[in-house]
Amino acid sequence: MKGLNKVVNTYDEALAGLANDQLLMVGGFGLCGIPEGLIDKVAESGVTGLTCISNNAGVDGFGLGKLLEKRQIKTMIGSYVGENKLFEELFLSGQMEVILTPQGTLAEKIRATGAGIPGFYTATGYGTQVAEGKETKEFNGRMYVLEEAYPKADFALVKAWKADTQGNLIFKSTARNFNSMIATAGKITVVEVEEIVEAGELDPNEIQVPGIYVNRVIKGKFEKRIEQRTVKQN
Amino acid sequence: MALSKEQIAQRIAKELKDGFYVNLGIGIPTLVANYVPNDIEIMLQSENGLLGMGEFPTEENVDADLINAGKQTVTCAKGASFFDSAESFAMIRGGHVDLTVLGAFEVDQSGNIASWMIPGKLVKGMGGAMDLVAGAENIIVAMTHANKHGVSKILKECSLPLTGVQCVKKIVSDLAVLELIDGKFHLIERAPGVSVEEIVEKTEAELVINGDIPEMTFN
Repeated sequence: MKGLNKVVNTYDEALAGLANDQLLMVGGFGLCGIPEGLIDKVAESGVTGLTCISNNAGVDGFGLGKLLEKRQIKTMIGSYVGENKLFEELFLSGQMEVILTPQGTLAEKIRATGAGIPGFYTATGYGTQVAEGKETKEFNGRMYVLEEAYPKADFALVKAWKADTQGNLIFKSTARNFNSMIATAGKITVVEVEEIVEAGELDPNEIQVPGIYVNRVIKGKFEKRIEQRTVKQN
Repeated sequence: MALSKEQIAQRIAKELKDGFYVNLGIGIPTLVANYVPNDIEIMLQSENGLLGMGEFPTEENVDADLINAGKQTVTCAKGASFFDSAESFAMIRGGHVDLTVLGAFEVDQSGNIASWMIPGKLVKGMGGAMDLVAGAENIIVAMTHANKHGVSKILKECSLPLTGVQCVKKIVSDLAVLELIDGKFHLIERAPGVSVEEIVEKTEAELVINGDIPEMTFN
């Protein structure tokens, strides 16, 4: 009996079923809280035609930047390109479809996906390109845009700090970001963690994502690269 | 003399009020944190999931899991809390943030702001800016008044893709403090040594000038 034990021991098992043209959601903000080993495995697998929902697309040569380099992503949905030169170049030259989405709308769309809510109204983006072609509606004298949830992701790739064997999750500091919503929005949710403990060892008061959303848990290795190392000048 | 980036931040810091929750955008707005007056207490919200952003860490306290929305390593201030991105934008969209300071490529006299892309040339993405301008009661734009060729960035009508409509109320530029009142910018203050004529010349938008315009002061 495997029961509620979600632990897998290899990245092959973690991403079993990964195929071309799938929809992936990937947690992280910049390089903070990204499932590094899972992303590497997607890169190594060579699957193409992916639609990727993630706030950012890594940096050149790290995180989702690796999938950009290998042209594995057909459509990128995120909020910020920033200093990622390759991302900007692929976007401006039309080599990759990019759907830029306001960060809060992105977060709420992912949350709605996991929560079974098909859409919601937000004032964000009203009167801008983001609202083009979308239904709008007035509430209490202000205009709002209808934003729809995404389909569930074929794979939701999440990074957490600790998991127990049943997939209950705890995050650390700002590495939580999009991870907790993305965990709820996958047909298969795979979580890469720093530490796995036995079920019952985590205090139920402190669990941030309950294991019901999680299908597979793997203990990963993290480089935790820092984008902008800033220190106090003494 | 036009203000330096630090001086723009220093002038904006005078707009902070005791008890404010404030979101500072990337670039000049981030510098505002360096000039918070000693006699007030504020809390900084960082939209990646931190309320209570502290100063930069010492070398030995650098933590890759603790960054701000500009992806810089930071620390927690007293009373800080962490949350996910959906919760973060519930705070922002729900109008709980008292003041948002952000940068812009262009602003116009309808209160519209453009800050996230220049078609064919540059794309940064909107990040959280569209949510911030839609959610905050109180928005200050920190920007240079004109581009390096002297062409105004404060316009009758924005030419670039918009970040938000009818949301800007105040601009602190390197030349002036402007307030938007009933569809017209009013010149409130000028940078020390900068003439009203220079500001008029570098402002394409309609500008209302009532009486003598005082020079800015700094804390």
